[in-house]
Amino acid sequence: MSSPIIRRAEAGTTEAAWVRYTLVGITLVFLFLFLVLPLAAVFAEAMRKGFDAYWEALKEPDAWSAICLTLITALIAVPLNLVFGVAAAWCIAKYEFKGKSVLTTLVDLPFSVSPVVAGLVYVLMFGAQGWFGPWLQEHDVKVIFAVPGIVLATVFVTFPFIARELIPLMQAQGNEEEQAAIVLGATGWQTFWYVTLPNIKWGLIYGVILCNARAMGEFGAVSVVSGHIRGQTNTMPLHVEILYNEYQSVAAFAVASLLALLALVTLVIKSVAEWRHEREMKAIGNLPPENVKAAPLDLSLKAAS
Amino acid sequence: MLSSSAAAAPAKRRAPARVLPGFKITLGYTLMYLFLIVLIPLSALVFKTFTLTWDQFWAAVTGPRVMASYRLTFGASLIAALVNVVFGLLVAWVLVRYQFFGKKVVDALVDLPFALPTAVAGISLTALLAGNGWVGQYLEPMGIQLAFNPNGIVIALIFIGLPFVVRTVQPVLEDAEKELEEAATCLGASRWQTFTRVIFPSIAPALLTGFAMAFARGMGEYGSVIFIAGNMPMISEITPLIIIGKLEQYDYAGATAVATVMLVISFILLLVINGLQTWQRRHSGAPV
Repeated sequence: MSSPIIRRAEAGTTEAAWVRYTLVGITLVFLFLFLVLPLAAVFAEAMRKGFDAYWEALKEPDAWSAICLTLITALIAVPLNLVFGVAAAWCIAKYEFKGKSVLTTLVDLPFSVSPVVAGLVYVLMFGAQGWFGPWLQEHDVKVIFAVPGIVLATVFVTFPFIARELIPLMQAQGNEEEQAAIVLGATGWQTFWYVTLPNIKWGLIYGVILCNARAMGEFGAVSVVSGHIRGQTNTMPLHVEILYNEYQSVAAFAVASLLALLALVTLVIKSVAEWRHEREMKAIGNLPPENVKAAPLDLSLKAAS
Repeated sequence: MLSSSAAAAPAKRRAPARVLPGFKITLGYTLMYLFLIVLIPLSALVFKTFTLTWDQFWAAVTGPRVMASYRLTFGASLIAALVNVVFGLLVAWVLVRYQFFGKKVVDALVDLPFALPTAVAGISLTALLAGNGWVGQYLEPMGIQLAFNPNGIVIALIFIGLPFVVRTVQPVLEDAEKELEEAATCLGASRWQTFTRVIFPSIAPALLTGFAMAFARGMGEYGSVIFIAGNMPMISEITPLIIIGKLEQYDYAGATAVATVMLVISFILLLVINGLQTWQRRHSGAPV
């Protein structure tokens, strides 16, 4: 009975069927060409000479050491930026102070700096001709063309990821719950652990996995500071480059396929985190402000309709 | 109404500073970390530049090869960002407004360029578009070459920049009020008129922000571009590659000078993006 009315109302806010199908069609073709094909090409090229050649390429000691170095780099860089991200989000989202907008802009700065420039600044600091170069040489510490430089460049490039996710989320959530906890006698740490953290956990996971994906995949910045010493300062992306330039296509794509797999896992975790977050937000949104008991009823109605 | 709520807001926001603990320690840590990781290293770049004389600096940043690389980097980023505005808007529109099979997967896939390492994207696009690749083998007989020339750079930058536009426009489209469109229809507007006069103005700031972000990313991009560009001096050599080239010849001063130019450009773009975002927030907040 109500369906014709609904249909006519919708006609004003949506397009004719052929327009819809055309737009969806163009979008799918575009995304197929630009996203699906490149992804598929990585795996196809890696498997071109069969699974054995693929496996051989991954078993190679240089590839193996590149994998280890990449994991170590991410294991150092991500926790560092996690602690920073939480601290920065706490002070930016929960308080008002002078220069807050400047601070927020500066946190974003590494996003807009070219990765090559990011690598270069560390060469200028710690390289042989850099500020600390002579001192480091005297004490026989290697930063540039060694693992510390790679880690530093990676930290720089992935610097804003977690803070960027958390700041808007924590701003949107406001301070009421934390204030209530403090008033009820919780310590600052308890408030963070039991009130703030559960509220931001999906945003946090989202930030961490994006940060991790970039940390493992960073190429430009790391390429400037690494020195490309095989088996020592080669991360996976750099190893891919070397193999590719040596025309070892299958081996290059084999290592690249691991990185592509990492990207796929990242996307899956990201989507799950997003859906969970959305569902929680919806559940909270559906709670009537005072009568909490009515919530399950409201939810089931929503699900039924 | 407006003024009273504006007066109440700061008072409400200022109060927590007295209640919630941890302000000094988190701000202190944030500032320390920011200085150590970002600001001091970036200042090293600026100081190093000041050790050059003006003539040295000018010669380094305006050499013919360097100038050609600016033109290329700027032009390719601009074209790629414009393409992304069109297709990014289309993707966002389709994802928000229409239902179709596999929509959730498509939505998740849009973030692929964020998650896929740039070097992997670079070699993969090159493999596709090279003369013997899946796509290249059909284009080459037609005389279209998309790899190892500036076309390849544009393609790589489209890939890299797409999610920026989609992810800035998508939430704005989701929040757009259907009532406005209904009102437009009731007043006799065609669907196209509704789009150009009602919907488009409301998403224009987000679209511009997404454009600026994609453009900024394209200006600095290195990993995905160098594999597909062919890297011929004066023709397909991007500015970040000029820096790498100078570094490999131990020309630290020259590399620093060019890097400073790039840093200034990224500063300006960052400020533009921030301004756009503020505008967008006001823009979306105004009608309510």
